[in-house]
Amino acid sequence: MNEKAVAYVLRLGDDALVAAQRMAALATWAPQLEEDVALANIALDLLGQARALLTYAGELEGQGRDEDLLAYRRDEHEFTSALLVEQPDTDFAATMVKLLFFSAYQRLLYEELSAGDDETLAAIAAKSVKEVAYHLSHACAWTVRLGDGTEESKRRMQTAVDELWPYTHELFASDSVWRGYGFDPAGLRERWLGIVEPVLAEATLERPVDDWAPTGGRDGLHTEHFGYLVGEMQSLHRAHEGVSW
Amino acid sequence: MNATARLRAAVATVRDPEIRVLTVEELGIVRDVDAEGSRPTVTVTPTYVGCPAMDLIRSDIAAAARDAGFPDVEVRTVLSPAWTTDWLSDEARAKLVGAGITPPACRAEGRVLLPLMVLSPPKPRCPRCGAADTDEVSRFGSTACKSLWRCNSCREPFEQMKEH
Repeated sequence: MNEKAVAYVLRLGDDALVAAQRMAALATWAPQLEEDVALANIALDLLGQARALLTYAGELEGQGRDEDLLAYRRDEHEFTSALLVEQPDTDFAATMVKLLFFSAYQRLLYEELSAGDDETLAAIAAKSVKEVAYHLSHACAWTVRLGDGTEESKRRMQTAVDELWPYTHELFASDSVWRGYGFDPAGLRERWLGIVEPVLAEATLERPVDDWAPTGGRDGLHTEHFGYLVGEMQSLHRAHEGVSW
Repeated sequence: MNATARLRAAVATVRDPEIRVLTVEELGIVRDVDAEGSRPTVTVTPTYVGCPAMDLIRSDIAAAARDAGFPDVEVRTVLSPAWTTDWLSDEARAKLVGAGITPPACRAEGRVLLPLMVLSPPKPRCPRCGAADTDEVSRFGSTACKSLWRCNSCREPFEQMKEH
């Protein structure tokens, strides 16, 4: 078993899974019908990525764990998703800012991985990068519309940007897992800023200063919101083990 | 007709569950059909990673194969190379227009980088009246592969299959 490869692919899969779970929970809560459809579509794309990545991580591990066991039978501290994606959707503004930050990151990372040596990972990334391009453009459109909108929408967007910005640093924090396989996202921050900063500027939003930079998600140390998310995500499977459609 | 040709003909009748005017073959997701080995296999590739129709497509293919005399067919999924809307046949494109869905634009030869942000995507023509004056209503539609549009000439709403 290539432990570095397993850990690397798990991070990608966990990011997509947790982002999908958060997004799926918003179905029927969007401000308009088209947005409900959009959020459900994005959640479905992310879930598809998570399924492919977790399946592959299970194959690499070779211990007989499939996508379901990895999603439903691990505890909080075994998930290595970034802290950003588990942050709660307190406001539609927070949902869109989170999507902007995360999809810009996924977009760059998947693009690198699609040209990488691992053929399976490259295939998943090549497929996913096209989907993520739509997520990013959707988030950009809303960020500009709401940031440069009314006084109230601007205030709420700026609050979301300020609250979520610290969590973006972790996406680019290098460690032995990132350096040990695939592509190290640490090298992507400049390009990520190259996407995000112009969007914030066009939206007349302030780019926060780089200050507090919490980490821990990659080592299984999550924020207080994560336990509730995992509990809800796993409740059906834990009550009815092996249940399927 | 040899076994592989018979199996291929059976698979060719399977329709996409979401875009019923197209068969899975016209959609370009059937990668390989082989009935010569120890177990007949059909290899397919997903359009979208999370396409919820894939499970149904796999079981429809298995059912069509059973009806054609292949009770033990294996339906395999491969991801690489990734499916692209460029694989839609001309016939498939014409059928989409007939069903009120504008087909995706065809990319030029070679590797084309996606624009970083598609703030204003190229506008598709109305599949009904052919007018170029159309507006996007929503980037995301009733299925993962379609977006919603409105024609400003004939006022009809329509869908476009997204370039992918």
